[in-house]
Amino acid sequence: MPTGPSDTEIISLVLKGDYNAYSLLVERYKSYVFTLTLRFTKNREDAEEVSQDIFIKAYRSLADFKGMAKFSTWLYTIVNTTCITFLRKKKLDIRSLDDEKTFEIADNQDSGFRANQVEQKSRQNMVNQAIAMLSPDDAQIITLFYKNEQSLEEIGQILGLEVNTAKVRLHRARARLKEKMEKYFVEEVRDL
Amino acid sequence: MKQKFYYSPLGDGGVGGDMDERLWEYIDGLSSAEERYSIEKLLETNREWKEKYHELLEIHQLVQSSALEEPSLRFTKNVMEGIAKYQIAPAAKTYINNKIIWGIGIFFIALVVGFLVYGFGQIDWSAKSDTKLPVDISKVDFSKFFNNTYVNVFMMINVVLALMLLDKFLESKKKKIHKEA
Repeated sequence: MPTGPSDTEIISLVLKGDYNAYSLLVERYKSYVFTLTLRFTKNREDAEEVSQDIFIKAYRSLADFKGMAKFSTWLYTIVNTTCITFLRKKKLDIRSLDDEKTFEIADNQDSGFRANQVEQKSRQNMVNQAIAMLSPDDAQIITLFYKNEQSLEEIGQILGLEVNTAKVRLHRARARLKEKMEKYFVEEVRDL
Repeated sequence: MKQKFYYSPLGDGGVGGDMDERLWEYIDGLSSAEERYSIEKLLETNREWKEKYHELLEIHQLVQSSALEEPSLRFTKNVMEGIAKYQIAPAAKTYINNKIIWGIGIFFIALVVGFLVYGFGQIDWSAKSDTKLPVDISKVDFSKFFNNTYVNVFMMINVVLALMLLDKFLESKKKKIHKEA
């Protein structure tokens, strides 16, 4: 739960001209936005740049935020569209993991992960690495549900999906995450 | 609430391959009270369900416990420097004038009505009813018209548009019902 002024209070301050109040919103949501963006970009430099761009876009469109949904839901909608545009520009492959090529990418990532398995044995790193091996779509829905505390209705709103479709996607993404963890982190899971 | 029954060759309480989905809903707290009760019964009596439940619960807890990624320390400062160059854009509704949209709509409706009025005005209503058309409609081979590719494409576009309108209409009805509920 965030402490201090609520999101809507901060937004109304910013809209009244208190430009510095926006830094409170950036501080509050930067990790969420950065984590989500990293799921798409797969590297920290790009994620940092895209996340900054997202906050600038959100600032410029702040007058359009009507408070009908949570600020976070509105912000993650901007994350989603900006990241999709980024992927299109970069011409990255956003196909699902069923795709043979993506399997190759995951396997290549795996070789890197295995190299420093010893240092990165912590529970958190293992989960984050397994999520990073998923397709951006799967990684995004898992992050929204678990880390960004969005309900299935809100996820549907962010991704432009029906609630049931969002639910099915989440189930499938978790099944694929489980497969990844069983395939690449079997020993770490046993140690936990 | 209807009880769900599934065929299962495993003898696992009649749930088969749907086990994962039902267990995920149970773990997420999205199951109905009846469904929760039925799953709890299965967890008590069925070893396969119990094992699967613990497996999924472990994944659930692991993902929940994972930390968020942190951007660089300069992140907020960079954003604030970035936004200093910009102004907040006015809300979309302030620069989209509804009167203009209504005006365009009224113009097109007036145009269609005007054409119809002009067309009907050209008809000689006093003409005798036994006036024969230059063509005997009953003998016209309509199949010729519908063999034309352009006509078919035109018809197809209309059908698609009609289906889209129907979809929008049903969607709005659904939303209305959902809101009322």
